[in-house]
Amino acid sequence: MSDEYDNNKSYQAQSSEVLDGSAGSINPDMDYVRPAEIPEQDLYHAHSFIEKWIFCQDAKVIGVQYFLTAVFTGIVGLILSWLMRLQLGFPELAGFMTAEHYYQFVTMHGMIMVVYFLTALFLGGFGNYLIPLMVGARDMVFPYVNMLSFWMFFVAVMVLMASFFVPGGPTGAGWTLYPPQTILEGTPGSGTGILLMLISLSLFVIGFTMGGLNYMITILQARTRGMTLMRMPLTVWGIFTATVLAMLAFPALLVSAIMMTLDKVLQTSFFMPTILKAGEVLEYGGGSPILFQHLFWFFGHPEVYIVALPAFGIVSDLISVHARKNIFGYRMMVWAIVGIGGLSFFVWAHHMYVSGMNPWFGFFFATTTLIIAVPTAMKVYNWILTLWRGNIRINTVMLWCLGFIVTFVNGGITGIFLGNVSVDVPLSDTYFVVAHFHMVMGIAPLMVIMGAVYHWFPLVAGKMLSETLGKWHFWITFLGAYSIYFPMHYLGFIGVPRRYFEMYDSPYMTSTVGMNEFISVAAFIVGAAQFILVFNIIKTLKTGKKAEQNPWKANSLEWYTSTVPPEHGNFGERLPVVHRWPYDFSVPGAKDDFIPQTTAPSEVANTEVEKT
Amino acid sequence: MHAGIIFLLVIVGSILFHIFTPWYWTDIASNWGGMDSTITLTFWVGGGVFVAVCLFMVYCVFRYSHKEDRRAEYKPEDKKLEKILTWATTLGVCALLAPGLIIWNQYVNVPKNAIEVDVMAWQWGWQYRLPGADGKLGTTQVRNIADNNPFGINPDDPFGKDDVMIESDVINLENNRPVKILLRSVDVLHNWYVPQFRSKMDAVPGTVTFYWFEPNKVGEYEVLCAEYCGVGHYAMRGGVEVQDKADYEVWLSEQETFEQLSARYEKLNVDGNKLAKK
Repeated sequence: MSDEYDNNKSYQAQSSEVLDGSAGSINPDMDYVRPAEIPEQDLYHAHSFIEKWIFCQDAKVIGVQYFLTAVFTGIVGLILSWLMRLQLGFPELAGFMTAEHYYQFVTMHGMIMVVYFLTALFLGGFGNYLIPLMVGARDMVFPYVNMLSFWMFFVAVMVLMASFFVPGGPTGAGWTLYPPQTILEGTPGSGTGILLMLISLSLFVIGFTMGGLNYMITILQARTRGMTLMRMPLTVWGIFTATVLAMLAFPALLVSAIMMTLDKVLQTSFFMPTILKAGEVLEYGGGSPILFQHLFWFFGHPEVYIVALPAFGIVSDLISVHARKNIFGYRMMVWAIVGIGGLSFFVWAHHMYVSGMNPWFGFFFATTTLIIAVPTAMKVYNWILTLWRGNIRINTVMLWCLGFIVTFVNGGITGIFLGNVSVDVPLSDTYFVVAHFHMVMGIAPLMVIMGAVYHWFPLVAGKMLSETLGKWHFWITFLGAYSIYFPMHYLGFIGVPRRYFEMYDSPYMTSTVGMNEFISVAAFIVGAAQFILVFNIIKTLKTGKKAEQNPWKANSLEWYTSTVPPEHGNFGERLPVVHRWPYDFSVPGAKDDFIPQTTAPSEVANTEVEKT
Repeated sequence: MHAGIIFLLVIVGSILFHIFTPWYWTDIASNWGGMDSTITLTFWVGGGVFVAVCLFMVYCVFRYSHKEDRRAEYKPEDKKLEKILTWATTLGVCALLAPGLIIWNQYVNVPKNAIEVDVMAWQWGWQYRLPGADGKLGTTQVRNIADNNPFGINPDDPFGKDDVMIESDVINLENNRPVKILLRSVDVLHNWYVPQFRSKMDAVPGTVTFYWFEPNKVGEYEVLCAEYCGVGHYAMRGGVEVQDKADYEVWLSEQETFEQLSARYEKLNVDGNKLAKK
């Protein structure tokens, strides 16, 4: 792991002549770290309750605000999924639900979970909390813009939720919002509902751009002394690459939202061809519905990785810390993240194999899609190779990581079915697709989020979550979610189409009633199990055991703050200086099985640490 | 320990489910058996990787779970191993991609002897049009659509006159003869999908899309809409009846052409006018 600052310094101590790790014996040459290039940033400290907790400029508070808002939308999304499963599994109990309601719930569930829950949680939540702490910065570089970012997101959520209460209700166009139906009668919420959705998405993109600039520039410009790019925790790499993707992908969503708004409000025809509706030719003509799909998926596919890459990064760190072993093949992991991020812009039309685009595109997009499987597979190998010969703590955090590996590999493999153009033909628009993407970008990232919550809660709140409750939470969620989505693939094999208000059951096929009832029951249980976490958090905050500093014995900087939980400014009077990567676990010759990033080489001179 | 056992059970359970599942492919009734075989191949390769990765993970959980007196190995990289894994994965991916692309090539190249079927979709229903004796469909335009011209055929297009109009949501097809489905929609996206034929494609307003298949089993099938098209999506059904050549030709001879349909409407009009005059 080359290091531009320390090229001519050797960390590889000759054990015979080296002083042992006691303080005061710092070897200035061996421990040299280039001085800082710019002075530290001034922080604006809060003067009042409002500045401290509401319009706050501290990235940690903003992270928690993002987290709580995203969780609120996530709970709404969860309740919607219950209602959908009630209709699909037990339609006789869901008499109150019309097809309009069902499609509105499907749409809002999808949009909420992908954009307002997962994206906001990973980047806004974990990104804000962890980036400055992990790179050794006092805060984000533009704290005021960062605050605006959250409030813009908050307004976007409010606009989205408001659409539940307008005449006609929220849009029921499916989360992909494919025109022409999205803005035509015949789709629920095609009046005010869809407008609010488009406005909310636009606000989200604007707010997210403010946050994203912060994440990128903080990572590029505000790292502490010695924190080279190749010494950053993979969490930071994942969030960084995802942010770059978001900066490039979200504009496509923004323009398509603007164009669709114009089509709706001013009867322009960006996406609208000549249309005959109820015997009348509408005032549209010449537009292309497929153009929208290209724009949408040019955003939508990178969006998958905007969710996945932070999850990849975080889970790498969790596995490494709790297996007490360095992450296997760190450089490969970094390049895989960057490579997947780059490739993700060349695969979008694999969502459109049967959309009616020129079928020759299929060859190109199938090839790029299967190429992306290679770096993804490498990441999986490296996770399990990190476990191999490790010293694995089987605690709640690790359980979530193991659950992630199982669900992610499962969902990744079914992705190869769908990416392989001609295999996609029979499976697209069936429940196979629903099962695939829930497994790979619903459940798998959720496993990481949960692992991360159990892992970093002691840092954020200074208390340890209950392990017993955590394990119950994990097993119910993992086994339940797996039994929802694993059998669901087989509905797709039968040919059951998705987005059917009445679950398709026909004499021409094997009956699906039994499976649907089972899946619905599992979904109710898994959803309910999430409240174990809520209970665990409330109980822990009230009566929980106080966490010691760095309870997991991790190396990365967030655990070496001046106070726990860290205060505004994070690191006390002096910023930490970094001497190594965050993965020096179980180094032969070291006293403990971990060496913090701040430990100077001369302090652990008699160890066989590799140069990082 | 029990964590490892539960994970092991999950993997074993998945394999058993796959072997014993009653929910699987609906019997195929077209030429696209190659899609099924590619799925089977992907199952073997992908399923193999899934099981291997998970079993290795379970092994690690059993073998390397935490002991105070033990230390993990310290080995940041293993270039050789990483290289082997990269190439093995690339090879596996190529082995899956190749048949996928070969079949796609067949899918996008329609056989010359395929009969064209114009499938017209709207919210929420289907109707069909077949070329007449000249073997060519007349050109169409949404603006032409009217009671006496349900497909919007351009009235001055000579190829349109003998087109066979099927104002029903059921279409009959001849067994063992390739069909080129030409899809169009007058309003929103739809998708004409028969699970037993394996194939599908969206109908997009403003353009004509296509795909082809060759039915190879006489029988009745259900047509589903496979692209969300508004509240009626789930109820948008149609039908296909695959018949032997003889039966098919009888059926075909009973259908009305565009010319006949126009004449019928003209007569209706004349009769109607007469009635009005009286």
